[in-house]
Amino acid sequence: MQQVSAPLLEVEDLRVRLRTPRGPAEVVNGLSYTVGRGETVAVVGESGSGKSVSVLALLGLLPARVATVTGSARLDGEDLLTMSPERLREVRGPGVGMVFQDPMTSLNPVLTIGRQLVEGIRAHGEVSKAAARERAAGLLAEVGLPDPQRALDRYPHELSGGMRQRVVIAIALANNPSLLIADEATTALDVTVQAQILDLVAGLQSEHGTGVIWITHDLGVVAGIADRVLVMYGGRCVEDGTVDDVLERPAHPYTRGLLGALPDLASADDGELATVPGVPPAPTDLPPGCVFWPRCPVRSDPRCATEQPPLAVVGASGGGLPHRAATWCEEG
Amino acid sequence: MADRRVTGERASRGAPATEERNEAGTRPMGDVLVSARGLEVHFPVRSGGALRRTTGVLRAVDGVDLDIRRGETLGLVGESGCGKSTLGNALLRLVEPTGGTVTFDGTDVTGLDRRAMRALRRRAGMVFQDPFASLDPRRTVRQTVSEPLEVHGLRSGRRERAARVAELLELVGLDPAVADRYPHEFSGGQRQRVGIARALAGEPDFLVCDEAIASLDVSVQAQVLNLLRRLQRRLGLTLLFISHDLSAVRHVSDRIAVMYLGRVVEVGPAAAVGSDPKMPYTQALLSAVPVPHPSLERTRQRIVLRGDVPSPANVPSGCRFRTRCPYAFEPCPDVDPALQPVGAPGQLAACHLHGVVGRPVEREEAVPAPAD
Amino acid sequence: MTGAPLPEPAVSPTATEAGVSSTARPPRPRWRQTLGLLARNPTAAVAATVLLLIVLVAVFDEAIAPTGPNEIAVQDRLQPPSLAHPFGTDDLGRDILSRVVLGAAVSLRVGFLAVAFALVVGALIGLLAGYYGRWVDDVLMRLMDILFAFPAVLLAIAVLAVRGPGAGNTALAIGIVYIPVFARVTRASVLGVREEVYVRASRSVGASDLRLLTRHVLPNAAPPIIVQTSISLAFAVLAEAALSFLGLGTQPPNPSWGLMLAEGRGFIDLAWWLAFFPGMAIFLTVLCFNLLGDGLRDVLDPRQRTLMAGSGR
Repeated sequence: MQQVSAPLLEVEDLRVRLRTPRGPAEVVNGLSYTVGRGETVAVVGESGSGKSVSVLALLGLLPARVATVTGSARLDGEDLLTMSPERLREVRGPGVGMVFQDPMTSLNPVLTIGRQLVEGIRAHGEVSKAAARERAAGLLAEVGLPDPQRALDRYPHELSGGMRQRVVIAIALANNPSLLIADEATTALDVTVQAQILDLVAGLQSEHGTGVIWITHDLGVVAGIADRVLVMYGGRCVEDGTVDDVLERPAHPYTRGLLGALPDLASADDGELATVPGVPPAPTDLPPGCVFWPRCPVRSDPRCATEQPPLAVVGASGGGLPHRAATWCEEG
Repeated sequence: MADRRVTGERASRGAPATEERNEAGTRPMGDVLVSARGLEVHFPVRSGGALRRTTGVLRAVDGVDLDIRRGETLGLVGESGCGKSTLGNALLRLVEPTGGTVTFDGTDVTGLDRRAMRALRRRAGMVFQDPFASLDPRRTVRQTVSEPLEVHGLRSGRRERAARVAELLELVGLDPAVADRYPHEFSGGQRQRVGIARALAGEPDFLVCDEAIASLDVSVQAQVLNLLRRLQRRLGLTLLFISHDLSAVRHVSDRIAVMYLGRVVEVGPAAAVGSDPKMPYTQALLSAVPVPHPSLERTRQRIVLRGDVPSPANVPSGCRFRTRCPYAFEPCPDVDPALQPVGAPGQLAACHLHGVVGRPVEREEAVPAPAD
Repeated sequence: MTGAPLPEPAVSPTATEAGVSSTARPPRPRWRQTLGLLARNPTAAVAATVLLLIVLVAVFDEAIAPTGPNEIAVQDRLQPPSLAHPFGTDDLGRDILSRVVLGAAVSLRVGFLAVAFALVVGALIGLLAGYYGRWVDDVLMRLMDILFAFPAVLLAIAVLAVRGPGAGNTALAIGIVYIPVFARVTRASVLGVREEVYVRASRSVGASDLRLLTRHVLPNAAPPIIVQTSISLAFAVLAEAALSFLGLGTQPPNPSWGLMLAEGRGFIDLAWWLAFFPGMAIFLTVLCFNLLGDGLRDVLDPRQRTLMAGSGR
């Protein structure tokens, strides 16, 4: 899982500013991370943390009318942010696959599954219709859809939610992308189906060496699939590191708060859950100091209220990957 | 087959087993407040335009026996489409049951006329899943929270009503000064608090929380969970906590009931069902819940079920779970398993692995046995 | 593209646990919010202003009109527009400006009466059909279908033939024609609102059907009905003109725009102003009602409102 050569995706100082009726919203504020081949990076955050916007920005999927994107995002050395729209469209299929939360919004309800898959395959390569259909059936089998040949002729509404999400994954994988981006891809699914999908993605990933960005709010899912974790809050990365470092030894008060707020399935303690009081800040109205300051239970440093803490190394795990957190709080 | 002709109807219908001896261990359990017997909610599946022929039956809730005791929190879990939400609605007759009975504090609710039912609603509240959809966007918080007061003629007089609204908002952790705001001015968690205040306005004995935290952010979920628990203790509420989130259910519940395809397939003390489930479905469900501990996640044995949940319009014969069950064996298609005592005191599971108990399939279409 | 999950601006960033800072702006009543939004839509705002002027003219018609509508001055007949008669005079020497002003009262009164009648009856039918569904829906909506299947003009003519011409009967005839339109719009809107969780939530606390209908369903189902009202007003003014043109509506010598149009037809190549000014009055009124309707459609769209109010979702 270690990156040996250059990383697959290298995002540097990504910033997204949106024009809203309430004034400019700084939705993503200087995000930098890398994704290696075959590596799974989980991006964790609550609604409004900027986690979804940050990947939509990578793929040029934000409406240019309202969004200003700066920074760089090199996929295999090529900057996605400065690419022409035509080139970006070429890259999106074979380079990057995407899976969103609601499969119904990603599938066209009036076209059959087969048609949508075949279109995706043929859009990025000279393939005959018959060959594309053959490949489509193969893909559906690969994602575990029973009776793939028949499924090709069905419409999205004829499938269950889990099956639809499998189809979306099949479409995302149709061109063997080197990077798969999943945005809350299993959030709407039942846990037993989620387990199937997570297994499926892990299997495909180890087989094809796909890099995965998995956006979720579910720390349980993160624990199961991620190599590295990036915790977002108020448009910033407040903590990153290996999954063990971040989940077992969280350094940022927000990450600790999130973990503490989770009821534990294993223990039957009867006490109150720890809570993070209040609500996340509005991107139109970010606090001047640490983004988490208004809700922070620690606030141990005078700089908390006035100065944004940089992402600093707080420790390193055995793998040599740094564990970083953006906080003025020193104690462990 | 004949000799396997089953141990009869002993535990299949009627009062599920005997009164358990305070098995949850936390506090003395009262008597039963809400009770369902053979509860069914079947929806006709219609096709065709103007003629509307009924072509099938969707068995959303299909023969549920359930007791909810005074003062307890009963967690109801299951996957989407299992009928848990419909069951919660049917207990309050927000969805009309098509069979069986619901008893509320000794009164058979299913027989009440509309007027009597409306009056009874003061004593049973509901908190809904989506706090963005469950508040009327055109009404202020005050109007929403005071609706039960107006409907039931409680606290007549503007000033008294305002005082009660303020009291309720404080109870759920909101500043009473926000009473004249509209829902769109609030965040999801705050809206859910308004929804809880509305449900509590009539001083109910019974509160149904239907996926009440599902639409909220993680940190806000914890706030609302804590609030519900605090309220339950303070007001002595009986709580039915419906959720697909097993960790949350485990955290708040005294007892847990598990539903699959319209049936309760396992019920018992939270500790027993949560740590030592006896029904294979519950085991699979629990094993699929991801926990935020990477080391545990890596080593854990996960029971991955085959396929999807069958459609409630086409329920498998015998045991409903048999099409996905890793242990399915001979009697499963032929005998509809009844809940039987197994494991910890008070734990019941509907599974033939613990002895073949239930009704043979041949009598599947017969009229459900009357409640005893 | 899928709906980009835009950030959800929180209500009050510094709030403590679930508290909303009480210093924030006081709530604005809904209708003021609507007016505020309408003011930001220039086309609709202009249309609303012009309509307001037309209504004012109709209300204060006698004070505004330079002469009486039926004051005949044969010596001045068929005068082209001039300072004395800005809109000219007709074949009997009547001042056209005065007749257009007084005709506004007639046309608008018939329009408003007709739409009010159609609105009340149609919305009630739609409300019952949409809310109760089943056989109530079937019976009521089949009736509406039958009414709808009748050619509108034929239906109006039939009503007027039975009850005789006149402003009140014209309004009734036009109103009957528009009942199914309102019934359908209302029913469709109610069908959506009926399934809303907040309606079920109200039922869960024991609210009666009457309460659900009047406090929750109707207010939330209203926006499309309001839009339809505005657009129907345009059609009703046109219909009044058409019926009067056919000789079935307003009876001479009373002025109505449609009737004036009909009377001016004979002189169209001799004196264009006879038909032009009432025609323009109809055109302007209908256009403004339509523009206002479009504007209201945008403004009453809850998504738009939410966006402006700055809440997520």
